[in-house]
Amino acid sequence: MKLWKTASRFLPLSFLTLFLTGCLGEENLTALDPKGPQAQWIYDNMILSIIVMALVSIVVFAIFFIILAKYRRKPGDDEIPKQVHGNTALEITWTVIPIILLVILAVPTITGTFMFADKDPDPEVGDNTVYIKVTGHQFWWQFDYENEGFTAGQDVYIPVGEKVIFELHAQDVLHSFWVPALGGKIDTVPGITNHMWLEADEPGVFKGKCAELCGPSHALMDFKLIALERDEYDAWVEGMSAEVEEPTETLANQGRQVFEENSCIGCHAVGGTGTAAGPAFTNFGEREVIAGYLENNDENLEAWIRDPQSLKQGNVMPAYPDMSEEDMEALIAYLRSLKVME
Amino acid sequence: MATQKQEKSVIWDWLTTVDHKKIAIMYLIAGTLFFVKAGVMALFMRIQLMYPEMNFLSGQTFNEFITMHGTIMLFLAATPLLFAFMNYVIPLQIGARDVAFPFVNALGFWIFFFGGLLLSLSWFFGGGPDAGWTAYVPLSSRDYGGLGIDFYVLGLQVSGIGTLISAINFLVTIVNMRAPGMTMMRLPLFVWTSFISSTLILFAFTPLAAGLALLMLDRLFEAQYFIPSMGGNVVLWQHIFWIFGHPEVYILVLPAFGIISEVIPAFSRKRLFGYTAMVFATMIIAFLGFMVWAHHMFTVGMGPVANSIFAVATMTIAVPTGIKIFNWLFTMWGGKITFNTAMLFASSFVPTFVLGGVTGVMLAMAPVDYLYHDTYFVVAHFHYIIVGGIVLSLFAGLFYWYPKMFGHMLNETLGKLFFWVFYIGFHLTFFVQHLLGLMGMPRRVYTYLGDQGLDAFNFISTIGTFFMSAGVILLVINVIYSAFKGERVTVADPWDARTLEWATPTPVPEYNFAQTPQVRSLDPLFYEKIHGDGTMKPAEPVTDIHMPNGSILPFIMSIGLFFAGFGLIMLNMDNPIINPWIVAIGGLALTFGCMFVRSIKEDHGYHIPAEQVKADLAELKKGGN
Ligand code: HEM
Ligand SMILES: [Cu+2]
Repeated sequence: MKLWKTASRFLPLSFLTLFLTGCLGEENLTALDPKGPQAQWIYDNMILSIIVMALVSIVVFAIFFIILAKYRRKPGDDEIPKQVHGNTALEITWTVIPIILLVILAVPTITGTFMFADKDPDPEVGDNTVYIKVTGHQFWWQFDYENEGFTAGQDVYIPVGEKVIFELHAQDVLHSFWVPALGGKIDTVPGITNHMWLEADEPGVFKGKCAELCGPSHALMDFKLIALERDEYDAWVEGMSAEVEEPTETLANQGRQVFEENSCIGCHAVGGTGTAAGPAFTNFGEREVIAGYLENNDENLEAWIRDPQSLKQGNVMPAYPDMSEEDMEALIAYLRSLKVME
Repeated sequence: MATQKQEKSVIWDWLTTVDHKKIAIMYLIAGTLFFVKAGVMALFMRIQLMYPEMNFLSGQTFNEFITMHGTIMLFLAATPLLFAFMNYVIPLQIGARDVAFPFVNALGFWIFFFGGLLLSLSWFFGGGPDAGWTAYVPLSSRDYGGLGIDFYVLGLQVSGIGTLISAINFLVTIVNMRAPGMTMMRLPLFVWTSFISSTLILFAFTPLAAGLALLMLDRLFEAQYFIPSMGGNVVLWQHIFWIFGHPEVYILVLPAFGIISEVIPAFSRKRLFGYTAMVFATMIIAFLGFMVWAHHMFTVGMGPVANSIFAVATMTIAVPTGIKIFNWLFTMWGGKITFNTAMLFASSFVPTFVLGGVTGVMLAMAPVDYLYHDTYFVVAHFHYIIVGGIVLSLFAGLFYWYPKMFGHMLNETLGKLFFWVFYIGFHLTFFVQHLLGLMGMPRRVYTYLGDQGLDAFNFISTIGTFFMSAGVILLVINVIYSAFKGERVTVADPWDARTLEWATPTPVPEYNFAQTPQVRSLDPLFYEKIHGDGTMKPAEPVTDIHMPNGSILPFIMSIGLFFAGFGLIMLNMDNPIINPWIVAIGGLALTFGCMFVRSIKEDHGYHIPAEQVKADLAELKKGGN
């Protein structure tokens, strides 16, 4: 009874149990619902470490609550408790047991570190292993498929069930490339080339984030990783590598002129490899979001073109506040027509 | 040589004081002001994150707030608050009349203070630094970082000098000024941990000073140490920073351990369990603290060999830390525990710190850290260490030493209320952040989109912050209330404590001990209570006591350094009103001029005559002290 009374004072702590109730967050963002072998490995070892650490914590908490319950000084009790110096046997025990626990964690730590650093091609697909060069910019992502000869901006496509190798670069400041549901993150560092690999078990859209402070709009530096079955992926690659055709619609055709006259094209390539100044637009019409985070509708698109700074503080795109309504309409129609998949 | 101090105005007295007890109180006040400032910033940041896509702070302002919050909390709040206790308590606990170099002690305070002021001035010159408290290049380089970073670089450079010379002072004091019989293995644990922490400052603040100097050269004079396009190396900064930055955590947490190791025995009425093991565990923690800096950099691409080595090295720190945890628990075990406010904070520290520690081991698993790194999981981890460890023990120390420092108690009812509100708020704020991190929330983000599963926990976290703020307000009310209505303390030893500071009368006379005490054991006061008459045996007859004179020079020298730093910052301003070099060189000239004056001016201090000391003693006897 007494014990319970004491314990109940610590009731706030019992929301520890929240941890076990499965509030997992959004599918395809959270790392608590892994969707690839690397993420699964991380998840399993995280659980292993939580179990070990929970054991340690439970021992400490148990001793602590016993103390709370048993060793309170009663009013008027002036007795001086026995003054103990220490206890060598006990002290050796709580030195040796943690060492054993740490060894249990150290072994997967080392094997995992080497496994993740492996940048050899996928043995299953050999020469067809997908290599993607990632470049972090303030505040967007560029994906160069160098072997295939084209560039994608903001959305990166990979085939399902294959180890995909990423080569990481940074254009300006540090960024960090992270797709939580698929695995860990590695920084993109100016002047240094890093590598990592990821694999997706199933098709889907996985959210990616920049994890290293990179300026005022760091929070908005999101991207999408889209995993497709191999044949769909091949179709996408083909579409991205194809010559860009004239838009068939007149409005869109007009829009293309606007795009060229306002030198949008100076920063945003359509087809082929992009310049480094802005995201490539080859498949813009298929994007779910603008600028990494805004829903891709006409209203947002117009707002973005007229004043990108107010939507993403500190980015380098110039504003076009005075573009006429007709031009804007045509431009949007043109951007909508940029698709590579049927 | 004068025999009597002249009367001075109160302000002049504080500006010129070299008394360690007054300097301690100045550290306490300055540290508290900075703590509140950084706390308000935290509150604002949490309000911004209460709902998705809030528009309370802009991305730029938010980044300035994280930078200033982190920098201020570590350098200008936690450090000076610990220094406050170290300054007050160390000389008393070792039976000394003052620190080894009272003048340097005052200098250390004023340099720290003006350095902090310089940093804070950034708000008036176009915004605070915005590259995080770690100031990673290139974001903090000339090309990407604004003027605020110059304030960061020079403000920290100046205040770091203050911290460094104070640490040297503590080292010399502890080595040289101990009372007869106070051997190293009888030092109270707070003195031990302060000693080791000061050693860490010596070895960690020097690389920081070097790093800041290099960054300053890059920013002001277009050197290229950290600019990759010019052959510099970005990662170099991270190594230099963390060689300082990792030990910095131990610099703060070791004295916090020391406070806990004082408060728990006092209120359990037991000696510290495993004293020797505690001392050596502290040393091992400090040593390992220097070996593991690169665990902050698992994701920069150091390669698997380096990552494995640093991962395993990091894990080993858990062993000595575990020893400490169990020794604290077994100090309480079998004791007769009084749960007043100080003890509530000290005892609740133990399980809370364990929660922060176990996530530390989790983070040390490098490949799993690829997930945790730079997410809210890390934010949760280090706030469990910093708030759950350092801040809880600061509060424990405050309630414990307050009667000695200010001559009255803090109100216990308000104190306990404060404890519960703050403690609940703390867990509410930071526990859910572990989950936010795993659910994909990076740290240092000023906003997040709705419907990503992050909304609920962010909301809970912000509510927790309101509780913590309410707690701190309760503390402020307590301090004000107790100043007027609090129970006066004139007895030497209101807690029935064990160490030497409680052998001095309250209020503590300027000379601390009328006669240097003879120390016969660990926990000397307790020993005398059991084996003697409960008072310390004097180790010397009553004689004239030699005291140092106050001096305004430390204050002026610090102003000199302030202007030296400000002048250099002006080099990067668009339209400085006067030539920056005049300000910079003028400031340095002021400082060096003062040093020259100090060197040639003869100042032998003054004596308190033996008769007066005797009179004081007689007065105390009458008061039944
Ligand atoms: C009153 C309770 C506190 C609250 C609510 C709080 C809140 C926050 C928040 C919201 C952040 C930004 C997190 C991010 O990186 O996205 C932060 C960062 C930080 N806090 Fe606290 N904090 C508190 C107390 C402290 C204390 C007492 C210290 C140190 C003594 C501290 C040290 C830091 C540091 C070093 C950072 C990292 C700053 C950076 O990223 O550059 N905090 N805190
Ligand atoms: Cu970024």
